Amino acid sequence: MMADMLFTAENITKRFGGVTALDNVSMEIPRASIFGLIGPNGAGKTTFFNTLTGLYQVDEGKFTFDGQPLNVKAPHQVAEVGIARTFQNIRLFGEMSVLENVMVGRHVRTKAGAFGAIFQTAATRREEAAIMQRSHELLDYIGLSKRAGDKSRTLAYGEQRRLEIARALATDPKMIALDEPAAGMNATETIALRELIERIARDGTTVMLIEHDMRLVMKVCQHLAVLDYGRKIASGTPAEIQKDPAVIKAYLGGAHTEVTK
Amino acid sequence: MTGMTGILQTKRNQLIALAVLGVLLAVLPFVAGAFGQAWVRILNMTLLYVMLALGLNVVVGVAGLLDLGYVAFYAVGAYTWSLLASAHFDLHYPFWVLLPLGAFLAALAGLLLGTPVLKLRGDYLAIVTLGFGEIVRILMNNFDKVGLPWSDKSYNLTNGPRGITGIDGLNFFGFKISNGLEIFGLQITSLQLYYFVFLAFAILSVIGVSRLQHSRIGRAWQALREDEIAAKAMGINTRNVKLAAFAFGALTGGLAGGLFASMQGFVSPESFGLLESIMILAMVVLGGMGHIPGVILGAVLLSAMPEVIRYAADENMQEKLFGMVLVAPEVLRNLIFSLAMILIMLFKPAGLWPSPEKK
Repeated sequence: MMADMLFTAENITKRFGGVTALDNVSMEIPRASIFGLIGPNGAGKTTFFNTLTGLYQVDEGKFTFDGQPLNVKAPHQVAEVGIARTFQNIRLFGEMSVLENVMVGRHVRTKAGAFGAIFQTAATRREEAAIMQRSHELLDYIGLSKRAGDKSRTLAYGEQRRLEIARALATDPKMIALDEPAAGMNATETIALRELIERIARDGTTVMLIEHDMRLVMKVCQHLAVLDYGRKIASGTPAEIQKDPAVIKAYLGGAHTEVTK
Repeated sequence: MTGMTGILQTKRNQLIALAVLGVLLAVLPFVAGAFGQAWVRILNMTLLYVMLALGLNVVVGVAGLLDLGYVAFYAVGAYTWSLLASAHFDLHYPFWVLLPLGAFLAALAGLLLGTPVLKLRGDYLAIVTLGFGEIVRILMNNFDKVGLPWSDKSYNLTNGPRGITGIDGLNFFGFKISNGLEIFGLQITSLQLYYFVFLAFAILSVIGVSRLQHSRIGRAWQALREDEIAAKAMGINTRNVKLAAFAFGALTGGLAGGLFASMQGFVSPESFGLLESIMILAMVVLGGMGHIPGVILGAVLLSAMPEVIRYAADENMQEKLFGMVLVAPEVLRNLIFSLAMILIMLFKPAGLWPSPEKK
């Protein structure tokens, strides 16, 4: 095994009735890198993501995360282990303020209970102040401090995407998984997103990117894995992937490959 | 409302506003008393409804779990007090046992309801909670003959539809509230004393609920309401958080129930019907779901309005206006009341005083 892998998947298989959605998929993600998971529609990207985040249980194979076997029984345990995620179709807490959205992200790293809240114990007040401070820092980080008090549903589309990332970062993740973060973004917004992703990785959080935008993926990722019909058909650096005949075939169809030959 | 919140910006103005409110609340029962003790009773009921609406607001407004059987928890609190402080079993426990016990048992009932409905949302949740409310009422109606499988004897637990009479009033370590009080020549009736006790509990509920709402657990409730899947992804254990919402909402209801029984001296299953649950829900929705000042406003309006209309819509008034009685007062009262609710929902769909857009 290579030096410092944060996450490994070994021979993951997931079946739904007769359909094999994931077939013997393995991959490794080095620490503090940006890793891209790509593939045509229906390739199994989301299924892979859902098994990893505890929504489905795997039929065969195992995950290792940060040196420990990853064994989540319920979705809420994933954040505790250190994997945070964003959603393909933005899922913010719309009626809560921008700041409160990020504060919810601190939930899993804090512990004040109802008793502490009602009697405003010293420990609770201290924790609350720390939550507030960290959340403001994260809003600064993504450049949304000015909107802290606004309801999150009033944000522009690109801002909502960024807020979702801040909320995920608030859980102190070792790995952040972004599910098609560039979907629906214009060119300027995509560039801002790219810079944010690169900054997150530089600051030490591993990024797993599930994305359709090939330009973004090729530019930003250090490693890629390509899924097609539930199987991993290729993995490597963006340059290697771009030349891989199996990938070209999967994306452009068999006939085209024959023509180019 | 913007003007009002503008004035309340500075700390000094806030204190002045609080002082004015305090004086008003202190004088209110005496003003009402001048018009008759019935009005004081209405004030007291309003305070209980404020507590109930605040409790239900935790479940419906903050955590987003539609509950149509909330009155069951009110009933649990009321019957706890009634059974353990009345001639029925000839038990006479003091308030400092009964109020916490009633609140605790109500919270337990909240967990009992919460556990099977953990996976339900929206309409389905509403139906089950509605059923739960009815079950509690029907139990109280029929537990006057409780038989045990191994004996022929039957026990009268709740006295059925006849209800429980002769319930002990509040009794502070020997000082009986029901006797009233005279200080410096000022005659304070027992209902007015109850007013101050209820006011204290209502204020404590406001403080408790608002602190909860603006805490880590309160944010988890709101996250649950907004998007359960995202809340889970943030590491929130939605099962525990939901159960906590049911328990805390129920706890407030149980407390109000005990206070109700102590003032009323009589409880029967009739007081805890579906209509009561819907009324409390209407207070929350009309006032402004999830926004504490709005919910209080809703409770005050909806509990006081029917009584005010009762006086405004009586036969005398109709005689004066139209020369004859057009509609029976009771019918007219419901008519005006329903119309007011429809109008509010039409023109203020988010409630009379919803949470502000910017915090």
